[in-house]
Amino acid sequence: MVQAIKRIMELNQLQRSFLEYTAALFREGFLDSQFSQLYQLQDESNPEFVVEVVSLFFEDSERLINDLSRALDQTIVDFRKIDAHVHQLKGSSSSIGAQRVKNSCVSFRNFCEAQNIEECSKCLQQVKQEYLLIKNKLEALFQLEKQIVAAGGAINMVEWML
Amino acid sequence: MTSNNILTLGQKFSVLIVDDDKIIRRIHKVLLNKFGFESHTVENGKEAVDLYLSGKHFDLILMDMEMPVMDGPKATRELRAMGVNNMIVGVTSRGLDSEKQAFTEAGLDYCVEKPLTSETITSLLQELAKK
Repeated sequence: MVQAIKRIMELNQLQRSFLEYTAALFREGFLDSQFSQLYQLQDESNPEFVVEVVSLFFEDSERLINDLSRALDQTIVDFRKIDAHVHQLKGSSSSIGAQRVKNSCVSFRNFCEAQNIEECSKCLQQVKQEYLLIKNKLEALFQLEKQIVAAGGAINMVEWML
Repeated sequence: MTSNNILTLGQKFSVLIVDDDKIIRRIHKVLLNKFGFESHTVENGKEAVDLYLSGKHFDLILMDMEMPVMDGPKATRELRAMGVNNMIVGVTSRGLDSEKQAFTEAGLDYCVEKPLTSETITSLLQELAKK
């Protein structure tokens, strides 16, 4: 009986941590409402939907960031190509609600249009930084979620979306 | 009439999702399936045109604007020139009104921003039901 109560208390603590962590990610602008929309699409027929889509975002972003680094390193910089890569990265970050990555892409595109190599390089560093931040935070979030499920709990979507 | 009532009348709409972004294709497919659509995805405008040339037909096409091989405006013009008269909705993340205007003039019924939301899909379902 005592063990059962202890397990319930641990589960409640995990769920509270999940709620607080998620709320902070929204409050600090790392995520926007599109991220909540992804959880709304997750169900028994797509139980890993959010992790699946976020993993696609990680793969895409790493490829695009590498492509951008190479493109900015060329002797003759092709700004059209850079703009196309940034446009893609803006699109995929917007799709999963990675707001700060998306916003850093908006600034990047403005400097692409101005064909300013120095500012574009700074923007690339900013994009990399924001990407690494959100990657770490989402990985931590999914780890928490796994712990909750392993402890016999579930994520209460309604609570954390309010 | 709500979208749920439309679906319980037994009418199942088919949708072709045309987008080079695999994240968008996946999100839109799952979202549209939840609304009872039968969805099919392709990666660019040429694949969409080729599907129609092979005799396939869809009630709705969701057409991305920028794609390699053949972009949304070109694919839309080609489909309309072929006599395709189902609903074609442009989906874009581009902000400029002039670009959306040019895309619409290629033959779209509507142009919306991506990613799609449940509200947008409900409106589209209501428009489809009228046709």
